[in-house]
Amino acid sequence: MLTPEILFAGLINGLMAGGIYVLVAVGLTLIYGVLHIINFAHGSLLMLAMYAVFFLWRKPLGLDPYVALPIVTAGSFAFGYLIYRALIGHFSHGKDENILLITLGLSIIIDNAALFFFTGDTQTIDVAYAGRMLSLGPALVALPKLVSFAAALVICLLLGLFMTRTDMGKAIRAVAKERQGARLVGIDVEGVMAISYGIGVACLGAAACLLMPTFYVSPTSGYAFVLIAFTIVALGGMGSFKGALFGGLIIGVVESICGLWLGEQLGQIGIPLVFILVLLLRPTGLFGAAR
Amino acid sequence: MLEVKGLSKAFGGLAAVDQVSLDVGAQEIVALIGPNGAGKTTLFACIAGFTRPDGGRVRFLGRDVMGLPPHRICARGIARTFQITQPFARLSVLENIMVGAYHTTRLRREATAQAVDVGRRVGLGRQLDMRADALTLAGRKRLELARALATRPKLLLLDEVMAGLNPIEVEEIVGIVRAIKDAGVVILLIEHVMQAVVSLAERVYVLSNGRIIASGSPTEIAGDPSVIEAYLGPGAAARLKQGRAHA
Amino acid sequence: MTRQGLIFTGPGVIALAAYPWVFRSNYAINVGFLILFAAYLGQTWNIAGGFAGQTSFGHVVFFGVGAYVSTILQTTYGVNAWIAWPFSALAGAFTGWLIGVLSYRAGLKGSYFALITLAVAEVGRIVANSVPITKGGLGILVRADPRAANFQFRDTVWFYYIALALCLLAMVIAWQLTRTRFGARLAAIRENEDAAQALGINSFREKVKCLTLSGALCGAGGTVYVQKYLYIDPSIAFGVDKSVEMLLVAMIGGAGTVLGPLIGSGVLHVIGELTRDLGNMLPGVSNAQPLSIIVYGAVLIAIVAWLPDGLMGLFRRRSKDGHHA
Repeated sequence: MLTPEILFAGLINGLMAGGIYVLVAVGLTLIYGVLHIINFAHGSLLMLAMYAVFFLWRKPLGLDPYVALPIVTAGSFAFGYLIYRALIGHFSHGKDENILLITLGLSIIIDNAALFFFTGDTQTIDVAYAGRMLSLGPALVALPKLVSFAAALVICLLLGLFMTRTDMGKAIRAVAKERQGARLVGIDVEGVMAISYGIGVACLGAAACLLMPTFYVSPTSGYAFVLIAFTIVALGGMGSFKGALFGGLIIGVVESICGLWLGEQLGQIGIPLVFILVLLLRPTGLFGAAR
Repeated sequence: MLEVKGLSKAFGGLAAVDQVSLDVGAQEIVALIGPNGAGKTTLFACIAGFTRPDGGRVRFLGRDVMGLPPHRICARGIARTFQITQPFARLSVLENIMVGAYHTTRLRREATAQAVDVGRRVGLGRQLDMRADALTLAGRKRLELARALATRPKLLLLDEVMAGLNPIEVEEIVGIVRAIKDAGVVILLIEHVMQAVVSLAERVYVLSNGRIIASGSPTEIAGDPSVIEAYLGPGAAARLKQGRAHA
Repeated sequence: MTRQGLIFTGPGVIALAAYPWVFRSNYAINVGFLILFAAYLGQTWNIAGGFAGQTSFGHVVFFGVGAYVSTILQTTYGVNAWIAWPFSALAGAFTGWLIGVLSYRAGLKGSYFALITLAVAEVGRIVANSVPITKGGLGILVRADPRAANFQFRDTVWFYYIALALCLLAMVIAWQLTRTRFGARLAAIRENEDAAQALGINSFREKVKCLTLSGALCGAGGTVYVQKYLYIDPSIAFGVDKSVEMLLVAMIGGAGTVLGPLIGSGVLHVIGELTRDLGNMLPGVSNAQPLSIIVYGAVLIAIVAWLPDGLMGLFRRRSKDGHHA
């Protein structure tokens, strides 16, 4: 029975998850906005980062995920930068279906490499404060969820400041708006694109640290996450930060409410259904530019 | 046959086509000229169903065709070519033309025969087995023409079919277009290449800033001061007259 | 088809038919089945993705719908499997029609179309996982009663010949696409949809017809799978792996060609076996299956990057001849 208390709890928990989804979506929308690539490997890269958090947490290193955040984020940036330079950068100038196929190939490689090396078992981490609950009105929220939510929004804010206040941020926005023009004013466009892809993946690194305390990871997580990320970006509008913000929170809530309303199995249908409806009814999303 | 009345199309605040009226009668070749950006291709797009006009009327053979989708416009007998050629790149020249021929028949044998015939008429007879994207620019222009022709249209809209061709190639295409007209197809063409306009068109409309500013025979509009000024800027007509007086 | 093509077809079919008599082991016949069946499914993808340029990432949805329809008809309603078979094709056709009408009405193409098909397949998986009639995640077991009348055979060789028949049927259909008006129109739509419309082609209608046909054939494949393995569950029926396999098989061989999927299936299978064997030789490796999928991913990237016309494209490169649809 869906009482208002349960609904409210669902809403709050959905928002908490949504905050982290925002971070995931921001990376994807940045990559699309600058490189015009639909990065199918986005979910797989998140899964990889989550495994990194897991292995850093395990003995002998025993790093708390929040402590590991700068390490994983930096490492993710480097990994993303390298992947762009080594692979994606060579093909980013063709038909956009082709680059989608290439990132699909990449995600297949990553997912199955994870399956091969880490086996199919799901892994979770236990942090000492995982059990601590806070009450927000009638809802009980796990402390890590709240911390992750706040951290995600802070990181987004920092990223926003980076994009507007720093030279590199301005260069990235220039390349996103007008690639040729950026080249003409002397911006190293290829370098900026590699950095942008790196930043997109760095967002995933940060999101991984914030997710692991309350989530699990398995090689199949990548696929689930990529659908969520696509849905958020489609809903919000490809290339729109505002869209990623609103989209992430909305989708977090949709996921939570659907789970409550339809049960854990059927509840998963909310995300792909939203995706389908957005594409059929308003493909530009809430804040996207007209195609 | 084609009656356009008061056609208008604006993009944002800019009126690309502004209350344009023109008509094309049976057994005619009519040219539409004007400086770049005058709205000629937008006008074609409106007539051919690729853009929905904001207002006005388009009638063909007495029936309203405004707002119909492109494939229905083709079914009514209007075929168009594209300013930037749009070949079916990986298909052969013959297969390209056959797509047009299939508009009037469903049999492969007939479509092939018709396509070969049309291909020869436009001068592609020896390149029928080539991939379309291997053609030169002149070849692609002929292919555009052939494909449209293969649909057996009553009206052919030719969008800058001479652009980028050298004078010899232009002469050849002029001959082909004249033969098409003689075979009974009515033609409305957009052109910049004056050699072609003068050789082919019996009547000319001049479009500038979305409006028709003059119409008449090629000689008439060549001497029309407003036409000169549309191309060369304000005051040009007077300066030319002075220049001639001095010569 | 060129004269060369005709010369090779007869002996080719005979060779494929004779295969089980030459290689008699159960293992070899099973391999043959797998290759032909994957080629069949790949050909159904090819009809939409290769010939019409409608790249779909979710083709498995037709397979899954077909598989579940015939299985549920058999196990829950006692319908004979042979009679249930056409209903699978019908269900696949309807699914294709629905996806086509909705997506094309909304003007979806390219990546957006690919992604919406992916989402639809995911919806299929979740529904199959959650509703009682499909027995959810448990899947459905078909009672083993290997008699011809039940569309079950003790000897794998029968399934080999069914797969061969289906594969040949699909190839004939693909071949027909290279020489009919419908196929020419699909090729035109694939190459340049605007130009196709200007030549009188109702691209919406043709694309829907194409997806319906593809869905019907793919759905029929679903039944064959269940009759052989006597089991279906949501991840087999709607898992993204099969969509990728169908796509890859067609693209390796040559999307938009008749022989492409068959060649692609053979090549993919050989690559898979080689990788698995090599992987199992490595110390401490118990299951080398993911390794072969990693190779598949790399092959996909390689094909898109360097050989977009697939292996058949290598033959084409000889002449400047036109692409025969």
